Amino acid sequence: MLALQPPPQAPIDAPQIEYSAILPVLILLGAACIGVLVEAFVSKASRWAAQVTLSLLAILGAGLAFVLYVTDSPERGLTTLYRTIAVDRPALFLWGTLLALGLGALLLIADRTVERGGAFVAQAGIRPGTVQDRAQMASGGMQTEVFPLTLFALSGMMIFCAANDLLTMFIALEVLSLPLYLMCGLARRRRLISQESAVKYFLLGAFASAFFLYGLALLYGYAGSVKLADIANAAAGSAASDTLLFGGFGLLVVGLMFKASVGPFHAWTPDVYQGSPTPITAFMAACTKVAAFGGILRVLTVGFESTSWEWRGVLWVVAVASMVIGAVLGLTQTDIKRMLAYSSIAHAGFLLVGALALRPEGLSGTLFYLLTYGFTTLAAFGAVSLVRDSNGEATHLSQWAGLAKRSPVLAWVFAFLLLAMAGIPLTSGFIGKFVVFSAGIQDGMAPLVVIALVASAVAAFFYLRVIVLMFFSDPAPDGPTVTVPGTFTTAAITLGVLVTLVLGLVPAFALDWAGTGTFAF
Amino acid sequence: MTPTYYLLLSALLFTIGAVGVLVRRNAIVVFMCVELMLNAVNLTLVTFARINGSLDGQVMAFFVMVVAAAEVVVGLAIIMSIFRTRRTASVDDANLLKY
Repeated sequence: MLALQPPPQAPIDAPQIEYSAILPVLILLGAACIGVLVEAFVSKASRWAAQVTLSLLAILGAGLAFVLYVTDSPERGLTTLYRTIAVDRPALFLWGTLLALGLGALLLIADRTVERGGAFVAQAGIRPGTVQDRAQMASGGMQTEVFPLTLFALSGMMIFCAANDLLTMFIALEVLSLPLYLMCGLARRRRLISQESAVKYFLLGAFASAFFLYGLALLYGYAGSVKLADIANAAAGSAASDTLLFGGFGLLVVGLMFKASVGPFHAWTPDVYQGSPTPITAFMAACTKVAAFGGILRVLTVGFESTSWEWRGVLWVVAVASMVIGAVLGLTQTDIKRMLAYSSIAHAGFLLVGALALRPEGLSGTLFYLLTYGFTTLAAFGAVSLVRDSNGEATHLSQWAGLAKRSPVLAWVFAFLLLAMAGIPLTSGFIGKFVVFSAGIQDGMAPLVVIALVASAVAAFFYLRVIVLMFFSDPAPDGPTVTVPGTFTTAAITLGVLVTLVLGLVPAFALDWAGTGTFAF
Repeated sequence: MTPTYYLLLSALLFTIGAVGVLVRRNAIVVFMCVELMLNAVNLTLVTFARINGSLDGQVMAFFVMVVAAAEVVVGLAIIMSIFRTRRTASVDDANLLKY
């Protein structure tokens, strides 16, 4: 018989909460809940306006609360809620990045000028290919639940990169993932591939979070706690078996790498990026990458720095695999959204180089790279959504031939963004790659950096191929047209292009900000 | 009864779930295998709570249950929508997106 006597517990005190520090997240979560009520109580005709106003106000309000907090936040950072949330300098940098990217993505999501009624289906329950489906394609309505879902996902991302213990991180991971699974399946046109991408993303995402969770459980067995700092302490001197530590770490990393679409865990990325509605792809590509790498940086630096010589070799292999897969398979793509997906896998490999250099330069370089890559990719997907024919977006590369003759402005903007992704000087992409790779060299990872340089040269080829196609080919007679976007999309693309340009010309202020502090725990 | 047996059992359940995700073809069954993996984790957490003499692991198991319930809601909605369209929930038939 087991004696079922519960172990004695110390009395539990209510946690100290720094409301001013976590106010941006609370505003977003609150607005998302109000958005659910708006769905229930506001009439269908005025729902879109109400949701857009609410979401924009929420992000701007969160941004205001964020700016007010940053101006007088302590340099060292602080932890709150029983040390489960760390609001330190890297977290604040990522929060600022996420809020700005979230605003851009929200503008793309809210746009109704590019596609009549927006990029989202009028009613998700309608079966593709039926009479009702053709009717909804022509109708002006949309499933406005997208807006609260976006806010939930964004707040989950913000908690994810500030989470100081693994349980909080897991909950945040689900809060950011579950809305994304749903939003993937809500495209107005090409409903079949949209639903298919949702199924694939959901099944693989749930599989990966189960791995993350088992890693959490093994680390709990090892350290007796899931706080990253406690795991680091236990790793420095614990009698428990190292099998638990490294088994747990390995499973945890699989879950994290899946979210960041790194290397051999990338299988979902091209399918989901291609099938989702393009504004959601932009949101996922920019914001999920930022949040996931924020989490990876914190886990590696705070929790596992002392054992880094044990696991670093494995992550070297992962980084190399990611860069090679992204660059080589990107060459063979014929769909522009799939090509950008493979480009994001290659970029994840470059980011991992910076994250593996466990030094201040690596941390600040990776943060800066995330900022630049987020804005470039946001604007790129915004531009992709403008090239359309009668079937919706024209994403096949052959349809992009001679686009410069139809719309020189779009072709130049897109060419500039591709050059930034390739890392050409005078764009933010160059500065980002430079800081990340130099951090890698300083940390003695010269072979990895050489592989990264070769991979970025290979990747540059498929970016340049699109530029050559746009500028030096003759347009097809029945080719796509370029829609003149409304205010929202124009604002989002302009934001992305401006940040890409400014950070390429005067990167110093952002680099300074990225390098001001380390993790608090 | 040493708690180690429970750890072995949960590792076995987790493995069965993971193999099931990889080899089964029906999306519902795949999803059930994911749930089996999550429940294997719960058993691990509760066993470690017992070994470590703290209640944290048991509380975490509650969090996992809540998340699993939320995941069921989202997952079944998505699988339903694709089943209504295609009249099948086989993951092999979802093959429009490739290469």
